[in-house]
Amino acid sequence: MQYVDVRETPFEPWQYLAAWQAQQLPENAHSGATAVFVGTMRDFNEGDDVMGMYLEHYPGMTERQLATLVAEAAQRWSLDAALVVHRVGEILPAQPIVLVAVWSAHRAAAFEACRHLMETLKHTAPFWKRETLSNGTVRWVDRNTPG
Amino acid sequence: MPIKVLFFASLRERIGQSQRLLETDAPLTLQEIWQRSSGEAHLPDNVLMAVNQTYVDANSLVQPGDEVAFFPPVTGG
Repeated sequence: MQYVDVRETPFEPWQYLAAWQAQQLPENAHSGATAVFVGTMRDFNEGDDVMGMYLEHYPGMTERQLATLVAEAAQRWSLDAALVVHRVGEILPAQPIVLVAVWSAHRAAAFEACRHLMETLKHTAPFWKRETLSNGTVRWVDRNTPG
Repeated sequence: MPIKVLFFASLRERIGQSQRLLETDAPLTLQEIWQRSSGEAHLPDNVLMAVNQTYVDANSLVQPGDEVAFFPPVTGG
């Protein structure tokens, strides 16, 4: 089971995860490992206080690219299931931006696939952050943090 | 069939438009599309390109009816 959700409304990652697992993975006893990453908006960046953020994306290509990444990871690590949820639009500090979860038979595959999905997402999925600083300045984020 | 050209994020603001249609009966290179649609002579190295919503390199040919997108390095997650 592979699932991608690009959404304009806030979500609570643990509720989302529990609901998705209950609905989509009723018989996942085969999976010995679940690895989860949640990315949350910081209230600072590059040494400045950040009040809010707008996440632009490329409708259509975003979903397509995320589905490709998930399918590739599922095959490479023989995952039982994989889930990517990503916000777009107006986001406030402390709100979740991204949820990546993978299920596999063993922990090494789960950890590696989750990390790989998150890193490749950050470098290839067409999202762009525009942040508003506490002094009113609006600027595009031009690069990812190294890790 | 025109080629549909899209610009995103800071690149859209720099070019001053989000979308443009290029009339053509023949395939075009990405360099030609960039020059015609952006008015800038050279395609910057850090600009990413997709044709029909799939990443391509700068040497790809674009067919009439295709959708081309130019955008800056991505910053999601």
